[in-house]
This record gives sequence, structure tokens and C-alpha cells, in this order.
Amino acid sequence: MSAIYILWLRELKRYVRSRAQIVASLGQPLLYLLVLGFGLSPVFKRAGMGNYLQFVAPGVIGMSVLFSSIFSGLGLLWDRQFGFLKETLVAPVSRLQIMVGRTLGGATVAVIQGLLVTTISIFAGFRPAHFIAIPLALGFMVAIAIVFAALGVAIGSSLQDMQGFQLIMNFLVMPIYFLSGAMFPLAGLGPVLTFITRLDPLSYGIDGMRSMLLAQSAFDPRIDILVLACVGSVFIVFGAYRFSKIEI
Amino acid sequence: MIRVQNLVKSFGSFTAVNDVSFDVAEGEIFAFLGPNGAGKTTTIKMLTTLLKPTSGSIQLDGLDPLTHQNEVRKRFGIVFQDPSLDGDLTASENMEIHGVLYHVPSKIRRQRSEELLKLFELWDRRKDQVKKFSGGMKRRLEIARGFLHTPKILFLDEPTLGLDPQSRNQLWSHVKRVNESERVTVFLTTHYMDEADRVAHRIGVIDHGMLVAQGTPKQIKEQTGTENLEEAFLALTGSTIRDEGANAADQMRQFAKMWSGGKR
Repeated sequence: MSAIYILWLRELKRYVRSRAQIVASLGQPLLYLLVLGFGLSPVFKRAGMGNYLQFVAPGVIGMSVLFSSIFSGLGLLWDRQFGFLKETLVAPVSRLQIMVGRTLGGATVAVIQGLLVTTISIFAGFRPAHFIAIPLALGFMVAIAIVFAALGVAIGSSLQDMQGFQLIMNFLVMPIYFLSGAMFPLAGLGPVLTFITRLDPLSYGIDGMRSMLLAQSAFDPRIDILVLACVGSVFIVFGAYRFSKIEI
Repeated sequence: MIRVQNLVKSFGSFTAVNDVSFDVAEGEIFAFLGPNGAGKTTTIKMLTTLLKPTSGSIQLDGLDPLTHQNEVRKRFGIVFQDPSLDGDLTASENMEIHGVLYHVPSKIRRQRSEELLKLFELWDRRKDQVKKFSGGMKRRLEIARGFLHTPKILFLDEPTLGLDPQSRNQLWSHVKRVNESERVTVFLTTHYMDEADRVAHRIGVIDHGMLVAQGTPKQIKEQTGTENLEEAFLALTGSTIRDEGANAADQMRQFAKMWSGGKR
């Protein structure tokens, strides 16, 4: 247990100490929120869908949680090259504990990042249905963070160096984001797109947040929770398995 | 304490360690010498559960690192050849993580951590982030960290690389101290033959993945008919210069240096 705690704490300390990175990582969500939020607002309204900023805010919050959690898992690559990974791998602690500590640490950082973006969107004019909705949405943020931090660890364990990073970014992370319904409603899509969006675990996370924050959703929130719990368990097992296979 | 029999490790068609066998007794200081790329680090990685051997067997304190990973890990400590610190954390925090991972009770952890940081003259800088340290300081911190818990076997992979004579001296007297007072078995590699001659009870010389000589420093000198260990080493391994290929991690370190302006 203490090993999990100390590795969790390490992730947190590293996050708090990289202030420049915190600011930098808020740039992209801000752009999506403000430019798209206000830019597409008139079209969205004319289509009779209401306020786009309201609609997109949970999506952008989900995006920042997604990016931050996947990157924390890919942080394994940095630890591999700066050598700290070796230090943890030869320690008399099971690899499972090390993996869980890292994953929870990465997930916590991602949730903090999500809360920062939530605060910013409220300043930008986003209004949740109730303020009590925020703690409920927080639960979904935690779920998204754990799912993708575990996926990040699985990928980070499998890559040898940063060359694969662009590949992961363009063919995994961005598609997960764009196909999740973060930016457009999931209802009324063509059959192909409908099918693909149903396969994306982030769809359920963002849908869950939307149903908490705005009381509008494509799926039943119970289904959202169920899917996230199942996918999360699978990714944790997969991540732990990949992590246990690391050789240096 | 360490028993290695017919150990082989191949990477594709390249055989890094080829049919190596040796024994290290409890309480012994064993120096593993060889030119660059001879297979020293690969052997250490197999002994410390980081790599799986292609064939052959290893026993540490009677346990096989393949089947009893955690039990084996409890028994050894290691100072790696290349860096293994977290640059974003402070010196104290690096020590603390190590202590927790090795189950050192918190009171002893604090006390020993203070002693060691003072011994290696890092105490005044304990609250600074490690990435601000010089190469020598990082090295000293790695060594101090390696001594935080008292293992049965201590692996030192080129521990004195980049250290000044003062720190080197400090390190070897500390190694001798723990070896004598706590019967710690030491397995070390180094390129400084005078160190091996001074510290080691027994020496193994490896070249091109094969063990070419084994014995006390005296035996090795007699065997080769040479005056000192340096000459014996050159007689055994020839005088051509070897180079290891840069691996992916080295290349990335280079890349990262470019980006972070050499801060790490």
C-alpha cells in the first residue's frame, strides 16, 4: 500500500512542480471552448439545438481529462529514458502495485486538470443545470481518467521510445476525442459513424457528464457507468499485464 | 551467494553473454571486469531480474530470479551504470521513495538518509531538485540511495564513473565497511583496474560475452605474467578499442537534452 501511495504522490508532486506545463496544457481546451464555443454558437442555435457553449463544455472538460491521463501513462517513456523506471522495476514491490500507483497518480492529475477546465468554462459562461451536478460529473471525470490512464500505461509499456508517440497521438488519442461526441450530438448520425462512436469509451464518459451537468444525454447514465467500469477493468488488467512484461 | 551456470543471452543474432559460469561466495567482493560492450551490464541485468536469460541458470541466495522475482529483489540493492533518479524530485524525496519501495521503516529511513546524505556531502542540497545537480552530485546521490537499505547482495555497475577521487575514496571505504560489518556480498564492475585490485577479493574478466579469466587479483597477475592488473587486463582482452552501439534510451536522452537545454 505504501508503495502505491508514494508513487501516487510522486505523480502529484511532478505535476504541481511543472507550472509552465499546467498553463500550456490549458491552451488547447481554451481554444476549443472559446473559439468553437462562440464560433459555432449561431449555427447551433439556428438548428434549434440551443447554446453550443453549454453543449461543448462537458466535451472539452472530457478532452482535457483524456489528454492528461493518456500522457501520464506515456510518461513511462520519459521514466524509461531518464532511468527512474529501472529504480522502480528492481524494487521488491509487485509490478501491479507500481502500475496501480502510477495509474492512480496520473488519473488524479487528470481530474485536477478537468476541474481547472470546468472552472474556466464557468467563467466563460457555462452554466450547469445545478451546482450539485458538478460533484456528480466529477465521478465521471474520475472514471474517464482511470480508463485512459490505464490505457496510457499499457501503451507506454509497449513503446521503446518517443518515435511511436506521434503515431499514438494521431491514430489513437485524436480519434478517441473526435469520435466521442465531445463536439457534436451523437443522435441522428449515419450508421457507420453511429457504430464507431458507440465503440469509443470516451463517448460514454462525456455522455455521462453531459447528463449530469445538462440533463441531456444520448444513453442512460447507468449504461455509461457500466461501460466505463467494464472498459476500465479491462484496461487496468491489460495495462498491468503489459507493465509486468517490461524488460530493459 | 551468487551462482551462475552456463548463462547465455542473445539479442537476435548477437550473443551478448555466452556460456558464462561463476560463483560468488557470501561476504565476498567480486569485481567483474571487461571492455565496453563485453556483456557486464547485460549480466547484471539478468542477475537483477531486469532481463530474462536466453538459457542457463542463475541463483541468488539459492533463489532463481525468474521464478522468485520478488524474493530475489528483496535481497539485493543496485547502483546502476546510467542515471536512475527522478530529476523533478529533490534529493530527499528520491531517498524517501527508495526507502518506501524497499520497506525501510520510516524512522530508520530518515536517520540513515541523513547519515548517507552527509557522508556523500549532499545534505545541504537535500531540498533541491535533482535536475539542478551536477553530474558528480547525481552520481553521489545514486550511490547514497543504493546504501539506504541493507541488502544481502550489492550490485555496483561502474559506480565510480564521473566521480572525483575524494568521492571515489569515500565510496570504496563505505563499500568495505558494509562488507566487513554487515557481511554484504558485493558484485561490482569498473574500468579502473587499480580500484578492482584494491577492493576486490576475486575478479572475473569477461570479453565478447565470454569469461576469459577468474581468480584473485594475485592469481590473475601470475596467470598472465604481468606486474599489475591493468597489464593483465590488456593481456587478456587485447588492446583494440570497443564501442557499444547507442541504444534507444541513449538516443532519446540526446533528444531530450536538445529540448530541455541540458537541464536534465
